[in-house]
Amino acid sequence: MAWWPLIRLLPKKTNFTYVKFAGFAAFLSIAAVAASLGSMFTGGFRDNPIEIYQNASGSPLARLGAIMERGYNLGIDFRGGVSILIEAPGPIDQEELRALGQRAQEGDVEVQGTTCRPVNGPPYCAILNFETAPDQADTVEEIRDGLGVVAEGARIANVDSVSAKVSEELFSGGLIALGLAILLMLVYIWFRFEWYFALGGVLALFHDVILTLGVFSFFRIEFTLTIIAALLTIVGYSMNDTVVVFDRLRENLRKYKKMPLGELVDLSLNETLSRTIITGCTALFALIGLLYLGGEALSGFAIAMIFGILIGTYSSLYVAAPAILMWGVKRGREGGGNTREVPQTAG
Amino acid sequence: MLQVARWRVILVAVVTAMGIAFAFPNFVPEQMRAQIPSFLPKQAINLGLDLRGGSQLLLEIDTATLRRQQLDNFADLMAQALRDAEPRIRFTGRGVVSDAARVRVTDPEQMDAALRMLRPLGQSQATGNDVATFTQTPDGFIEARLSETYMRELSRQAAQQSVEIIRRRIDPNGTSEVSIARQGDSRIIVQAPGVADPEMLKERIGQTALMTFHMVREVSPEESAAGQIPPGTMVVQPYPQSQGTPEVVERRPRFTGERLTRANPSTDQQTGEFVLSFALDRQGTTQFCRITRENTGQRFAILLDNLVLTAPRINEPICGGTGQISGNFTAETANNLAVMLRAGALPAPLSVIDERTVDASLGADAIESGAKASAIAGIVTFLFMVLAYGLLGIFACVALVVNFILIIAAMSMIGAALTLPGIAGLILTIAMAVDANVLIYERMREEAGAGRSPALSIDAGFSRAMITIIDANLTTILAAAILFQFGAGPVRGFAWTLSIGVITSVFTAVLVTQILIAWWFRMARPKTLPI
Repeated sequence: MAWWPLIRLLPKKTNFTYVKFAGFAAFLSIAAVAASLGSMFTGGFRDNPIEIYQNASGSPLARLGAIMERGYNLGIDFRGGVSILIEAPGPIDQEELRALGQRAQEGDVEVQGTTCRPVNGPPYCAILNFETAPDQADTVEEIRDGLGVVAEGARIANVDSVSAKVSEELFSGGLIALGLAILLMLVYIWFRFEWYFALGGVLALFHDVILTLGVFSFFRIEFTLTIIAALLTIVGYSMNDTVVVFDRLRENLRKYKKMPLGELVDLSLNETLSRTIITGCTALFALIGLLYLGGEALSGFAIAMIFGILIGTYSSLYVAAPAILMWGVKRGREGGGNTREVPQTAG
Repeated sequence: MLQVARWRVILVAVVTAMGIAFAFPNFVPEQMRAQIPSFLPKQAINLGLDLRGGSQLLLEIDTATLRRQQLDNFADLMAQALRDAEPRIRFTGRGVVSDAARVRVTDPEQMDAALRMLRPLGQSQATGNDVATFTQTPDGFIEARLSETYMRELSRQAAQQSVEIIRRRIDPNGTSEVSIARQGDSRIIVQAPGVADPEMLKERIGQTALMTFHMVREVSPEESAAGQIPPGTMVVQPYPQSQGTPEVVERRPRFTGERLTRANPSTDQQTGEFVLSFALDRQGTTQFCRITRENTGQRFAILLDNLVLTAPRINEPICGGTGQISGNFTAETANNLAVMLRAGALPAPLSVIDERTVDASLGADAIESGAKASAIAGIVTFLFMVLAYGLLGIFACVALVVNFILIIAAMSMIGAALTLPGIAGLILTIAMAVDANVLIYERMREEAGAGRSPALSIDAGFSRAMITIIDANLTTILAAAILFQFGAGPVRGFAWTLSIGVITSVFTAVLVTQILIAWWFRMARPKTLPI
């Protein structure tokens, strides 16, 4: 059936040796994780954490929290406060806007230029940020009434007002959700495979989440509620990838009882490589489309997911599977209680 | 080999047909939806506020006020119980301190008897649950503290009541699309699609709107400023813009706004200013008649949320059960007040803890770019599958189209809101949906490469890949389930599309492609697999 020129991304059989590079990969991963953690505690290597700690007040835990807060460019969901997006057909006088903000509400006011909607929106826009959300006051109303001074025909396109209470809840809720997700994956793999598989998989998850967090911290990409959703999806995707490899590994463990473990891991990774690449590529291309067309609101999500998929694929190949080698595998007795011993012979 | 059970074919056919029926309303313009025959579904996908534009307010009940009110009541109950005791138990200092209601038993000898009398109050007669616990202090006080479960229960009740009251306030005719729901024990979420300026909502929600009628005690301003006011009275400030003056009034209201049966804005026939006319129920009418007869010549004050609206002099007994309140109103404030009074008072003040407003054009933009990005994702995935697997890739693409239809249908059917992150989830799902097909086809390739016949390779491809597919997709479902638990509005939309997408993609990737391949195989009888 040669009527269709099938394009093969990979030769039919690949013989990459992953295990040989596992040591180097481990070094690389550990360095990257360390750098990510470093970035989280120093605001992307811009702040001195000891200084922040000394200047902050409250319990040691609260001071530590202050350091972590500086580590990210937190979005309104987690920072709390008011954020107002203003659009206008003509240039916006930022100084007037700041003055208007100060009249409307006491406290820290910040005016921030931003990229406008590419297609259907007016050409000029700005964001007005207040550090604290008012309880019942008419801040937004005052801004709305006073906008005429700032630019002709200016109007409010978007308002987010989040009280400190809600932002704290969202933040801790996000952390709990991430922790819970990783824990659930651990239990799931443990249940479906063996404990050493579970440890390998969870090691890979921590690796992926920490590196993604590191990227967000280092490049000061706005950290919002949607990013938490992306992180959880990355956890799901990375686990998905790892499970496919593990499934094959388990199968091969039964099939080739005498093969050294290192070779077995290599074989399993090679056998699943084609799938890993095709699935990864479709997801990546779709996300790149999202990054360019999805508008600013989803660009953070797309960046997180693209990075997460790359790193998740890497970690399935170089972290999760080789990690199993560290603990060794009980051979002979089959895992998972499956009694099918010998693969059926070809028919 | 390669027989597909008849029930599977029927299942796929039925599900796909239903999918098309449920997804259809999304693809016709809104005006045409009315023409869809009534036996077919008409419901289109419910767009989240971030896509259609509108306002959302998250309100929280002031539980501190609720607790104080409750403690105040409880102190009254305690006093009543001791008064009713036989022999009577003497007490002083009925009151509320921080988190406790308390009385002081005058005679230490009677302490035990007092505790015995009070204990039944600590248990709810309806449910038998603990309401409060009593403790005895060294200086002779009995203190009652409300239990946390009781407070939670109260707060939940108050939130539920508030939902109803808010509905009557902001949607008196029941015509708008506003959705109001209780969230947790003490929160209420109000979503108003298409409302670009939530100020009216906030004005009508922001006030408790408790109207009370008190007698005024005439005290000179100097005395009241010096704090020299008669026992049982309080100083109240004028209502904003009402042009009133501070007054000294009795602490206990003679009656409250609950007695109102009607409240309308109108104009005073003599002065022409806007007033609020009201009517009282039968009990209110008799009370009002008695009060005005006994106190002719004195003044009484009408308070709204403890601020003086007006304090007129009673010129003659008023027994008709109607009256009017002047408060220097405008047409708008009079109307607002009337709506709120008709709806009833909130059980406790509410505060806005989260507010989001999205302009409709911003949402329209998001939909447009989301649609473009989805189209790109679809095209890329199609290309990939056809390039990698040829004819079988086309089958996978057909499955993907069915999958897309099913996701749209499921979203329309259950009425889950599609949000901006939800669109991202949809795009991700489209790209990930082929994963199951990739797993199956890779398996087929391997089996064919090991020298098996096409039929056996296809069979083995499906059966062997199945375990992996289920393992791999369950992990995604787990992640989505957690998102759903934790997520606020938009993120929840993402969890919806992701989990629906995973389920439908396994269905289509496995069943739909299996049927397509079986049909093709029976017709073409290929000697080798085109893979």
